[in-house]
Amino acid sequence: MNLLTIKNLYANAGEKEILKGLNLEINKGEIHVIMGPNGAGKSTLANIILDNPQYNVIKGNIEFDGENINKLKTDERAKKGIFMSFQTPEEVPGISVTNFLKTAQSSRTGEPVKIFKFKKELEENMKKLDMNPSYSTRDLNVGFSGGEKKKNEILQMLTLNPKLAILDETDSGLDVDAIRTVSKGINMYKNDDNAVLIITHSTKILNDLKVDKVHILVDGKIVKTGDANLAEQIEEEGYAKYI
Amino acid sequence: MKADLTKYENNKIKNIYNIKNHENYSYKTIGLTEDVIKDISKKKNESSWVLELRLMALKKFYELQMPTWGPDLSELDMSQIATYVKPKTNMQRTWDDVPDEIKSTFDALGIPEAEKTSLAGVGAQYDSEIVYHSIKDELVKQGVIYTDFDEAVKKYPDLVKQYFMKCVPVTDHKFVALHYAVWSGGSFVYVPKGVNVDIPLQSYFRLNAPGAGQFEHTLIIVDEGASLQFIEGCSAPKYNEINLHAGCVELFVKENAFLRYSTIENWSKNMMNLNTKRVIVSENGKIEWVTGSFGSKISMLYPMSVLNGKNAKCEFTGISFAGRGQNLDTGLKIVHNAQNTSSVVDSKSISKDGGVCTFRSNVLIKPKAKHSKLTVDCESLMLDSESRSDTIPTNTIETDDVQYSHEAKIGKISDEAIFYLMSRGISEAEAKAMIVRGFANPISKALPLEYAVEMNNLINIELEGSIG
Ligand SMILES: Nc1ncnc2c1ncn2[C@@H]1O[C@H](COP(=O)(O)OP(=O)(O)OP(=O)(O)O)[C@@H](O)[C@H]1O
Ligand SMILES: [Mg+2]
Repeated sequence: MNLLTIKNLYANAGEKEILKGLNLEINKGEIHVIMGPNGAGKSTLANIILDNPQYNVIKGNIEFDGENINKLKTDERAKKGIFMSFQTPEEVPGISVTNFLKTAQSSRTGEPVKIFKFKKELEENMKKLDMNPSYSTRDLNVGFSGGEKKKNEILQMLTLNPKLAILDETDSGLDVDAIRTVSKGINMYKNDDNAVLIITHSTKILNDLKVDKVHILVDGKIVKTGDANLAEQIEEEGYAKYI
Repeated sequence: MKADLTKYENNKIKNIYNIKNHENYSYKTIGLTEDVIKDISKKKNESSWVLELRLMALKKFYELQMPTWGPDLSELDMSQIATYVKPKTNMQRTWDDVPDEIKSTFDALGIPEAEKTSLAGVGAQYDSEIVYHSIKDELVKQGVIYTDFDEAVKKYPDLVKQYFMKCVPVTDHKFVALHYAVWSGGSFVYVPKGVNVDIPLQSYFRLNAPGAGQFEHTLIIVDEGASLQFIEGCSAPKYNEINLHAGCVELFVKENAFLRYSTIENWSKNMMNLNTKRVIVSENGKIEWVTGSFGSKISMLYPMSVLNGKNAKCEFTGISFAGRGQNLDTGLKIVHNAQNTSSVVDSKSISKDGGVCTFRSNVLIKPKAKHSKLTVDCESLMLDSESRSDTIPTNTIETDDVQYSHEAKIGKISDEAIFYLMSRGISEAEAKAMIVRGFANPISKALPLEYAVEMNNLINIELEGSIG
């Protein structure tokens, strides 16, 4: 079953053209990987899928779960089940991780959160990710180390249980154990009804995952799609032959 | 906080601006002349010394100049202001004796309810007079006095004379002189040596009459080794004409004493709030100011702390929020006048829809004040590019050996942070509100829970921007 379809997408940041006719199709139950040189447009793609107002779609369509979402705002897209783990998560003072997640969850369901159940699940998820429970009372990402911020993104993914999780370089900045913990987290989240899109520069995070497709993104376009072996090949040879 | 409670609180706060009782005064004076002053004094049955002070202050008012800096006050016409509005009741000791219409206003403001659950005493002023005052028996037995200022002047004239006008002199500025000419109501607190009042006392000032002024006088003495938490609340419904608030707060914190003075001002947007507050702190004493300034068309408010004894301390935590058509000119003054005195200032301001927030911090460290410490932290958040925020520090340091730090941050609300919250399913409005509440969080944390809830709701309402 088709979950995300992007057709002939052109997108800009201000005057700068970044995505230049990008196509992508992700089915439920799949794990996709996007690799590509710095500045190719990977984060832009992730941000466009969630309608970051910094970027504008010039033309093309984004369909999610059988519906064109071009006109939906960020929060509406999130409510449909799209999630992004940010390459550089924002620090937001004065809002605790718990309160943030509670508000997010009740916004998504339209119902107040059942506090006890919520707390229990949050604690369990934090344990799975080797996170100290005290982090739930800290201000959102404020003073978190680079790796802690990334783990906090995955914690949010587990809590909000989206249909499509886009992980933008979640692995970069993580130590070896943390990478394993995060891919464990991805495996726990993953099922036949949802999908994951991993943006990465390294194959380490992919070792424990069953990857369905690997795409190479260069200069705003997908230039090559293959299976898990393509990632290995890139790791060894680089992008030279695609540029 | 549970959703339904928040909703209830929101309604409560909306009521604050909407409840307008009919003009239900028993006596009213308009304008500012010697005859008006004599009239007020006569209605209050005052001794001649009180009237003499009033008349002297009136003279000063006419001698002193309007401020030459700050917001434009030209809309204020003292000849049109109702200088004294006596409600149709005397001061009562039980709510049952307060007339229904007035009582229901205070009910809507949640005062009697808070009194039952979390306060050790309450004063409630309606227009120019206190209509209700209470204090727990235990405190009375320990010698604590908490009553309305008019009564204090009559019952404890010697105590009052010893302190009244000694902290804030009549010559301080034009609106203090005005205040001393027409003051009415307010609270008087005396906490004897060594007595700790751990549960707060609260005075609430409600202005109901259109075009009226409120000039309450609050005088608090926390004697040696004693402690007190005092909360002051203010509000008024919305009218088309200018209302004026020119209260005065005089605080004395004696040796080893402690006072936390918390204020939530929540004026409607036709109010000119020209209020004066000051404390004198003796050796080892400590003052903590916690202030939330919401509403008003114009505010000029700069609580002043005079650290007069060795090791005296001041902590100031304040927030102001200016929306469309509002000019909030706030700040503080601190005088370090003895060795080892210290002060910590944490101020935040939020401006929106063209609102203007100016924060003036004015610190004087005198030659005597060796080894003093001062930390000033000001942060402003502008929600759009129409709005303005300024910080104007003026520091005069007249001795060496001072540890001093000043940080000022002015910034616009971050689009990336809004996007981050929205990417989790939170609406744009709620995302903004969360960021603003988060910004204000250090101040909320300093407030008692109920007031923190009230402040968060005030922020929500300011963000909705639909009323006031
Ligand atoms: N807001 C913006 N304004 C102008 N240019 C932008 C903006 N955002 C991105 N760009 C530019 O667009 C290009 C693509 O950026 P993007 O962040 O999508 O790259 P990326 O593929 O994620 O790179 P990396 O691997 O380094 O994370 C870059 O050249 C970048 O400088
Ligand atoms: Mg990137």
